Amino acid sequence: MPKVLRADNMNKCLGCFTCMLTCAAVNHNNHNLAKSSIKVKTRGGLQSKFAATICVACKEPACAEACPTNALVKRPGGGVKLIEEKCIACEKCVSACIVGSIHMDYDRKIPIVCKHCGACVRMCPHNCLSMEEVSEQDDR
Amino acid sequence: MIGKDFIRVLYIDLRNQKADIQERKDLYKYLGGAGVAAKLLEENMKKDVDPLHENQPLIISIGPLSTIFPVVTKAVATFVSPHTGEYGESHAGGRLAMAIRNAGYDAIVITGKAQKPIYLVITDKNIEFKDARAIWGLDVEETGRVIREREPGPGKRSIIRIGRAGENLVTYSCVNVDTYRHFGRLGIGAVFGSKNLKAIMIMGEEDLPISNLKEYFKTYQEIYKKVTQTDAMAKYHELGTPMNIKVLNSINSLPTKNLLQSNFEYADDISGETFAEKNLVRKVSCVGCPIGCIHIGQFRREFDKGYEYESIAVSYDHELIYALGSLLGIKTTDEVLQIIDEVELAGLDAISTGVVLAWATEALRKGLISREDTLADLEFGNTMEYIKAIDNIAERVNEFYYTIGKGLKEAVKKYGGEEFALLYGGNEMAGYHTGYAFALGQTVGARHSHLDNAGYSYDQSAKELKDEEIIDYVINEEKERAVLTSLCICLFARKVYDRATILKALNVVGINWTNDDLTRLANDVFFTKLKIKKELGYSLENYKFPKRIFETPTMWGKMDEERLNRLLKMYIERVEKEYEDWSRGK
Repeated sequence: MPKVLRADNMNKCLGCFTCMLTCAAVNHNNHNLAKSSIKVKTRGGLQSKFAATICVACKEPACAEACPTNALVKRPGGGVKLIEEKCIACEKCVSACIVGSIHMDYDRKIPIVCKHCGACVRMCPHNCLSMEEVSEQDDR
Repeated sequence: MIGKDFIRVLYIDLRNQKADIQERKDLYKYLGGAGVAAKLLEENMKKDVDPLHENQPLIISIGPLSTIFPVVTKAVATFVSPHTGEYGESHAGGRLAMAIRNAGYDAIVITGKAQKPIYLVITDKNIEFKDARAIWGLDVEETGRVIREREPGPGKRSIIRIGRAGENLVTYSCVNVDTYRHFGRLGIGAVFGSKNLKAIMIMGEEDLPISNLKEYFKTYQEIYKKVTQTDAMAKYHELGTPMNIKVLNSINSLPTKNLLQSNFEYADDISGETFAEKNLVRKVSCVGCPIGCIHIGQFRREFDKGYEYESIAVSYDHELIYALGSLLGIKTTDEVLQIIDEVELAGLDAISTGVVLAWATEALRKGLISREDTLADLEFGNTMEYIKAIDNIAERVNEFYYTIGKGLKEAVKKYGGEEFALLYGGNEMAGYHTGYAFALGQTVGARHSHLDNAGYSYDQSAKELKDEEIIDYVINEEKERAVLTSLCICLFARKVYDRATILKALNVVGINWTNDDLTRLANDVFFTKLKIKKELGYSLENYKFPKRIFETPTMWGKMDEERLNRLLKMYIERVEKEYEDWSRGK
């Protein structure tokens, strides 16, 4: 069964950003956490709780619908897969994603899209993140 | 820079609102952090000029492994200390190192004085000098809030700022880093203030490609495992450094009531365990550290009758519980947190503030100063009066507070009470009364911090105190720590980052150094700092330890003044000889 990323335990988050550093390194071969597809931030200053902006694995992904070149295709279990060669960096996917999960990599001129690979989950020291098995019919 | 053989330095001139960038190959051999920052201070400082003169530089540096390996989290600042008049170095965690790394710099050198209060915005694409007149006078928390709301980049930025103490040039004012961390000691807050610099916001999206992902990530995971799955760092996550309170108290080493005592009858009430059970609400981390050693405690304050309460969360650590707790005779965790909160908002160094107030309490009791001076009934255990005094320090409300705003060293010159002023090398004492190695270590350490060489650790672990061994330990440990701090590795991770691990991590990012290179670095950094100190007039000739430290028992019983003086002499002779050899080799 396919798996998708969940961030259901963010109250336990330490704000170490290891998930972001790992995602940027493993998926984008980069040390800058601006390249990460998971984005941890506070809800307003460090005195507030941490929140994670992640791809919520939509069954009907608006980002893919907005893409004029079919560079984003539906992924089994939810979310999308990016076909880099087809992307023209129009950024329509960015505004279509209302949870704010997609942002641009201006160096490579492609959107940064979560693959639901689970690298961030494996490197989270506090088990804030998890991979959930979903059937292809499941809806979030 | 990662994958490059130079240090990328951003020079900012506040007077002319100009910036320059230099790629310095010659600095590469100092790696980063303390090494690069010390070297840049040596180059840019002005010898016979006041530390708060606008031409004095302010330097912040990170290292080649910063953020990209676990627990490599610190940024190092250097400056001419307005507190001691000599070498100033301070370390801070939080998000600053990440933000500097992502903005594409290894070091920042700031000189000049802005004509009106400003805050700096540094990104990979721009340097901006922004009007800070409206926030001049605001406390640390409000300053952070205003900049947070005005500037972009939550999660990717670092906001460092001063409070009123820094604006008013209190020589033990600090720079707050991202709410819960600080450049604490030696008065860097006043250096900001002297430059009309209220805050710096820094962030960036610089492309930092990884050249050898497979090897890098393998090494990353190995270190990550050591950090999270062995007991090397467990204590920092669990109770955190406050676990020391009970331990030190049980061995007569917890400075209490201006060191009239070395154990505290209420130690259990302000122990790490009590904080954890009563006040701890969460733990947070610096970026790149999976430990979570930053303990946030919450206390409730009644602001009006009729069940009207506010709740406030502040971070606590051993040093704060000592300086603003046992040293002032404060008996409950809620009260310690209240005092910490006041110190935080004002932007003061917690250790120095506590030690100055403890001295003032005794000086008031002995009649060296009066109630007209203090404007508060300073008395051990009286929280509300200390809170008043902290505000007075930050505001420098009268001649007395103006004087103690220059630190305890200046206070005793004017009011006396040198014998009970807890000073080591001109800096207020840290929270250990363990014995000779601590007393010597904090006095001779490059920045007069207990963390320079951890003498307290020798005192606590030795089976027998031996003079030669103390000297060896204090010198070797300081040199070894010069390597760690040049790499900006948090000292809490010193057991994880042994030399082999350091070399492996360096090699993975293309720095093919050997063990000998690290030894060379240790010596270069250690002696460069000493050279700077000497140029600024530092000398331990005729140095006198405060009487109080010999009157109160340590874990080894009462210290003998003659023996400590002998140790100091031995240390000076050893280091001077080594310094001459090093200088000749340069």
